[in-house]
Parts: sequence; C-alpha cells; structure tokens
Amino acid sequence: MPEKNANTSLSDRLTAIAAIPVVLFFRLFEAPFRFVQKIGGLKAMPYIFLLPNLAFFGVFVVVPLFINFSFSFTGGTNIFLSERVYTGTEQYEFLFDCGNYLDPQSCREDRFWKAIFNTMTFVVLQVSSLVALSLVTALILNRKIRARGFFRAVFFFPVLLSPVVVALIWKWILLRDGILNAFLVSIGLERILFFISPEWAMFWAIFVSIWSQMGFYMLILLAGLQAIPPDLYEAAEMDGTSPERVFWRITLPLLWPNLLVVVVLALIKGVQVFDEVFVLTGGGPGTATQFIVQYIYTTGFASSVQNFGLASAASVVLGLVLFVLTLAQLAAVRRKNDV
Amino acid sequence: MTTKLTIALMGSALAMSVLATSASAQTELRMTWYNDGNEGEVMRGLLDGFEAAHPDITVTLDEVPYAAILEGLPVQLAAGHGPDLARVTDLGGLSEYYLDLTPYVSNPDYWEANFGPFLEWLRPTGNDSAISGFMTQLTVTGPYVNRTLFEQAGVDMPGEGATWSDWAAAVNEVAAALDIPIPMAWDRSGHRVAGPAISMGAQMFDADGNPALVDQGLMDMATMLYDWHQDGTMSPELWGSVSGSTYLGANEDFANAQVVMYMSGSWQIPQFAETIGDAFDWWAVPAPCGSAACTGMPGGAALVALSGTEHPEEVGILMEYLSSEAVLAEFYGQTLFIPGHIGLAAGGVEFATEDPRARHALETFAGAVPGISPTAFDLQGYPNNRVMFNALISRLGEAIVGELTLEQAFDRMTQDVEQQLAEQARDN
Repeated sequence: MPEKNANTSLSDRLTAIAAIPVVLFFRLFEAPFRFVQKIGGLKAMPYIFLLPNLAFFGVFVVVPLFINFSFSFTGGTNIFLSERVYTGTEQYEFLFDCGNYLDPQSCREDRFWKAIFNTMTFVVLQVSSLVALSLVTALILNRKIRARGFFRAVFFFPVLLSPVVVALIWKWILLRDGILNAFLVSIGLERILFFISPEWAMFWAIFVSIWSQMGFYMLILLAGLQAIPPDLYEAAEMDGTSPERVFWRITLPLLWPNLLVVVVLALIKGVQVFDEVFVLTGGGPGTATQFIVQYIYTTGFASSVQNFGLASAASVVLGLVLFVLTLAQLAAVRRKNDV
Repeated sequence: MTTKLTIALMGSALAMSVLATSASAQTELRMTWYNDGNEGEVMRGLLDGFEAAHPDITVTLDEVPYAAILEGLPVQLAAGHGPDLARVTDLGGLSEYYLDLTPYVSNPDYWEANFGPFLEWLRPTGNDSAISGFMTQLTVTGPYVNRTLFEQAGVDMPGEGATWSDWAAAVNEVAAALDIPIPMAWDRSGHRVAGPAISMGAQMFDADGNPALVDQGLMDMATMLYDWHQDGTMSPELWGSVSGSTYLGANEDFANAQVVMYMSGSWQIPQFAETIGDAFDWWAVPAPCGSAACTGMPGGAALVALSGTEHPEEVGILMEYLSSEAVLAEFYGQTLFIPGHIGLAAGGVEFATEDPRARHALETFAGAVPGISPTAFDLQGYPNNRVMFNALISRLGEAIVGELTLEQAFDRMTQDVEQQLAEQARDN
C-alpha cells in the first residue's frame, strides 16, 4: 500500500508539473477577465466567452451576407464593390417584372421563375417522399429484425459519399448505354433516354437526392424512436391496443420533435439543392431541372457576362425564403413546447 | 575546437545565405493551361527547354479542365489573382486583362508580321496596337464523317458544294441501313452553329456594326436544327439534355461509331488520331453549303500574357521564346494543330503523324481557311461573341425540348443579348 501511495504521489506530481504551463497560460487571462467581470458583472461573462465564435461567425457569415446584399443593389461586371455601379432596386425589378407570376414566359427573367417553380416542385415531392421513406425505414430498423445493424449501415452509407460521386454513379447507371438501359434491353424492353424527358429527369433528380440523404434523416428518427420509453408500448400491449393506434397515439406524438427537425432540415436542404442535380442532369432537359441555386451560380459565374448583381438579388430572395422556413420551424417548436 | 566550430557555423551561415539569395532570385511564372489532346505534354517539353536556357526562371504549368478556363479564370482575373499566362478561347472577351507585351519583346514587327490578323482578336475595342499573345492553335469548324459506314451502307458521300440538306439526307440513309443511333451530331456550342448560319445568310451585325443575332439566315439554320431534332436526324441527348449554354461534345459517340456525321472542328484531329486511329475511316469534309456561303467559323486558343503578373519582363522573355518560329513549328507539328503563325502556315509544318486520315483532315481544315466568310472573321473578332453564342444555344435548346416555340426562342435570344450587353455597358 505505501508503495502504491508513493506511485500515485509521483504520478500526481508529474501531472502537476505538466500542468504548470497550462496553469500559467490561463493565469495570464485571469487579471483581464477579473477586470471585465468587475466592469460588466457576472451576466456579461457568457457573452465575453462567446465573443471569439461570434467574431468568426461575423467575419465569415454576416459580413459576406451584407456584401451580398450590397451587391444586389449594383450592376455591371466588376467584382469589387467599390468599382460597381449603384443601380438601386433595378435587379429586383428585373427579377419580379412579370405579366403573370404563374406563367414564367410572361416574366422578363423567365429562367428565374422557372427555377422557382422547379424548386417548389422538387421540394414538395422530395421532402414529402424523403420524410415518409425515412420514417418507414426507421420504424422497420427499430424492430428486432435479422441483420439490423447491417441494414442500418447500408441505408446510412450513401450519406458518406460526396454529392458529386453520388451523381456520377447514378449518371453512369442512367445513361443511354448505362446499366439500367442494358438491363431493360436484356429483358426485351426499349431503351429509355432518361435525361431528355423533363418528367424522368425530375424523377431521377428527386430519387437520387432521396437515396443519398435518407440515411441521415433515418438516423435522427431512429434516435427519436429509441428514446420513447418501452413501458408505454408494454402498457398499450397489455391494453390490447392495435398497432395502428399505437403508432398514431404513442409513436407519432412522441416522435414529433424529431420529425419536425427532419422536415425543416429537409426543407432547407431541398431549397438549396444544387450539386447533385447539376452533375446528374446539368439542369436539363431545357430548364426542367434547373433550380434556384443553379440559376444563381449560372447568372453569377457561368454566363459570358457575369451578372453578380442579379445573382446576388436572386440569392437574397432565396435567403428570405430560408429565413421564413427557419421562423416557421422555430414557431412550430415553440408551439409544441407550449402544448 | 571552438575556432573550428565557429568557422563551420560561419560557413554554414554563408552557404545558407547564398542559397537563400539564389532562391529569391528565382522567378516562378504560372501558366494556366487546358488540353484538347497532347498539347500539355508538348508544352511541358518546350518549357523544360526554356528553363534549361534560363535557369533563373521556372514555369509551372497548371493544367485545368476547359470549364475552369471558361468559368473560373474570368473570376480569378477580375479579382486580381490570375496567373502570369493563360491559354484562353474567349479571345476578345478577356482582353481587358491582357498584358501588352510590346515593351517586353525585342521585335514587335515579327509579331505583327506573323500573328497580325489574330492579334486583332486579342485586342480590346479601340486598341489597334497591343501584342498580348499568340494562337496556340488556329481552328476551323467543320464536319467529320464516318466514311466506313458510308461504304458499308453503299451510300455515296455528297461531294464538293453539297448543302446541309444533302448531307442530312445521306446520313439518314446510312443510319437507316446500318441501324446507327445518331445520324448527325453537332457540338452543343453557339460557335459551331455560327458558321452554318452564316452559310445560310446570317449577317450577325447590323449596318452600324452592332450585334444583331437574329435575322433570316440564323432563323433558317436554327429552324433546320430544330427540325432535325424532331425528325430524328439529330438526337436530343446532346442539345436537349442539359440547360443554358453548357457545352457538350459528341466526340465519344463519334469515336464509338454511333454517329455518322459529326459537326465539330479541327481541334479534334489529334484526339481522333489517337482514340480512333485506323478503327474506321474518320474523314473531314468541307463545310457544307447554305444559300449564301459554304463556311465554317475560325477560332482557336491563344496563349496570352496577363496584366496582373508581377514579372512582365520574364513573361516577355518566355513569350518571345515560345512564339519563335522554331519552337512553334515543333509545337504545331507535335500537337497536329493548324498553325496560327503566318510564316509557318505559308511554309508548311511537318506534322508528327503518318495517319492518312489525320493528314487529310489537316489539309481539309487548313484548306478551308481562305474560304471562310468575312462575316465569320468579324464575328470571331467581336469581343462579346460569347454573349451571342450563349444566347443562341441556350434558347434554341429550350425550343428543341419544347419549352419555347421557335418564335419565342428568337425573341428571347434578342432580349438575352440586349440585356447582357446593357449590363456590361454599366461598367463604362
């Protein structure tokens, strides 16, 4: 025992020695922090500690946001704000100059409105299917089925892939001489040129994005399902409650916070869709799968006259949509908490 | 011992300072480059020769995809973070960023004599004297056909003076006989359409020299392209499968004998010589005729010096070396590019190929140069020609997939050009 104490004491002493530089380092800040606390009081301290992160966030998020906003009131092709021409709200007027907002052809910037409608179609179909499929998959993988761990890994695996890789894999599958067409021909069917049909292109854009993201949302729902106390299900079983009623009365209400997170995250990601679909379909055929972020990218960077002002105005509109979606999420969470 | 140690330390310090001095005297130039074929490899070899002759200058060749030249490089240049030199195809569109090499080259007259007509393509509007670079390749647009398929189908190839309609009929006959999926394919590029449109009478500019994309000639050609997509002469996979002004080529389909006739240009020669070789007779044919002419579009890629460089003198030395007749003769000969050097074009270049198809293609495209319409040269020299090309291709693509009628597409083309030029004019 004395030997053990001696060892412990040696270890403690070594730790103490190793900690000296750390302690000295933090001592350096003690005086200024005491001073700040004395001036601002204890309540100010959390904000002081948040300051480095806020500064980082400010420099890399807030400042670019304001620069982007400023760009939307300028015109021309110069990249530096100081060299750009102030145009007031002209870029917004150009975007919103429409005879009939439901008919993109009546708008001066028809591609912006086509991108808006395409994005809305994509979001409605993709998010609803994604949430439903993620929920069903999570419910199945929450049960005690054989090879459950394997299936969880299989469904999660596409999340680990880069969107470009995902799109290239599916592109190779879907091309005229791709695997899927080879299969169709082998069973005596006609080859389908998926990327020249607007409907097929939109279908595959939605399908591929669901395939690549579903594992992530499934994981969130699975965590929610596992957090539901099992005794509730046991009580329901003892009462002879039907499985449907258990789902509607126990599972769904208790899963609601996770479901809400999934819906909002999927909505935001859906509105921002770009890389996968850009690589998969290039926005075509025509403009059938050109979404709002691709419109912004093309207008700002891939046009012969790089129209940063118009691209910025469109991105401000996109930002507002995302802001509204986030507010809706906060409102829904607050309402649920109040209930 | 102490004395020895002191001497050793002093010696080391001296050696390190010498090394540091020599390192700081070393100038590094960066050249942004894209490849159609083997030209990156050839250029690297030439740069190695330059570095051996100029040990104080190293040149880093940054090989990038073509899309990075079109989309990334303009942003880099606008932000003032471009390379020292770049190989570009938007010759006039980027002219505001070019360095005038006149003070840095020993013999400006050599440049004027050998690159004169092409220097004009590189000059900003209103400048008639700048020397900014030279053509790494002169290109001419025109079609290739799979002659083997014609022979197998027993169909005669249309001869000199044949129209686009004659060719469309012939390639459809071949495709029907041999069950070839794509009778005709064109690169999805406005530049590719411009030559045939000029052949159909398109003027591209109004009487005052302002851009006027849509006229009867262009409408005739665009309508023909539209109809070919409806009747199966062309597959919508190329023009209909992407959006906007995205470039797509049918070179792989042609190389896989899936296409009877492929409208592209002279830059495909080295690639076809390598990928197709003698697998079938790929044959360049003269530009088919329209009602007004039988012309392709001139064009090409230029190596330009950029004004953002911190080493203009070294850039001048490098450009003088690369533009010399001997070096360019080797470059064009090894890459199978049509020379953009008047002296070499007149004297002939020894191309490094024994392939009769490649030699015939080089002769065909080089022989087409004198017959190119002046309108085509004017269009190529117009700094904003990409605005017109992109409006043409993106709106025609939307019409081909049925999003717009042809009339709507023509209206939108005009609006797009006006809107983009107006946006650009704000800078002035």
